[in-house]
Amino acid sequence: MKVKYFAWVRERVGKAEETIEPPPGVQTVEDLMAWLAKRGETYAHAFETPRVIRAAIDHAHVKPNAVIAGAREIAFFPPMTGG
Amino acid sequence: MTANVTIRIQEADFDVAREISALTKGRTDIGAVVSFSGICRGSEGSERIAALTLEHYPGMAEAEIARHADTAMSRWPLSGVSIIHRVGRITPGENIVLVLTASEHRQAAFQAAEFLMDYLKANAPFWKREESPGGTSWVDARHHDDDAAARWTKS
Repeated sequence: MKVKYFAWVRERVGKAEETIEPPPGVQTVEDLMAWLAKRGETYAHAFETPRVIRAAIDHAHVKPNAVIAGAREIAFFPPMTGG
Repeated sequence: MTANVTIRIQEADFDVAREISALTKGRTDIGAVVSFSGICRGSEGSERIAALTLEHYPGMAEAEIARHADTAMSRWPLSGVSIIHRVGRITPGENIVLVLTASEHRQAAFQAAEFLMDYLKANAPFWKREESPGGTSWVDARHHDDDAAARWTKS
């Protein structure tokens, strides 16, 4: 599945997007954040405070307990400041 | 008549009068048009702002704004809605966002415009980066905006 990062999440991770294959045990958005955090220092820094990170699956906001199975695109970003 | 909905995300500035004209053209059922423009300020508290850079999530931004527009149209009798959100580098005094609502009578237009701005502020995937004398930093979201959006939830 594709993962996209925005704003300071992107800056910390060091890339705007990538394709990932999480193992079967990673079932929810919060599982995925914890799994990504282990990929390296930059990821750990980006996801060090999971509760401030927001997520979207296929262009719709989702909660941390949302299931990721079947998602085509997951995005992680800080709280929004548009408008 | 069906509602006229325009949603655009663009780097270029917009002309409010032209957008109002496009929204109301050819219609005789519109008695009220409400317009809100969000404008880049030159300071935040005591800090001078040199510029804002708006980042967005292409695809989701349009989809999310469209959802907000659909919600507004299901809650109020609107003849039309236009939402234009700029992205890229914006300097003080420049336009950032436009919300136009049109209806037969004013109550729907006023309320829908406020609702759309509250929802946009809380949920639309845009992020502001602020340039100031102190450096460049990401603007923090305000709980105030989440609260403003929440108050529209029907009890």
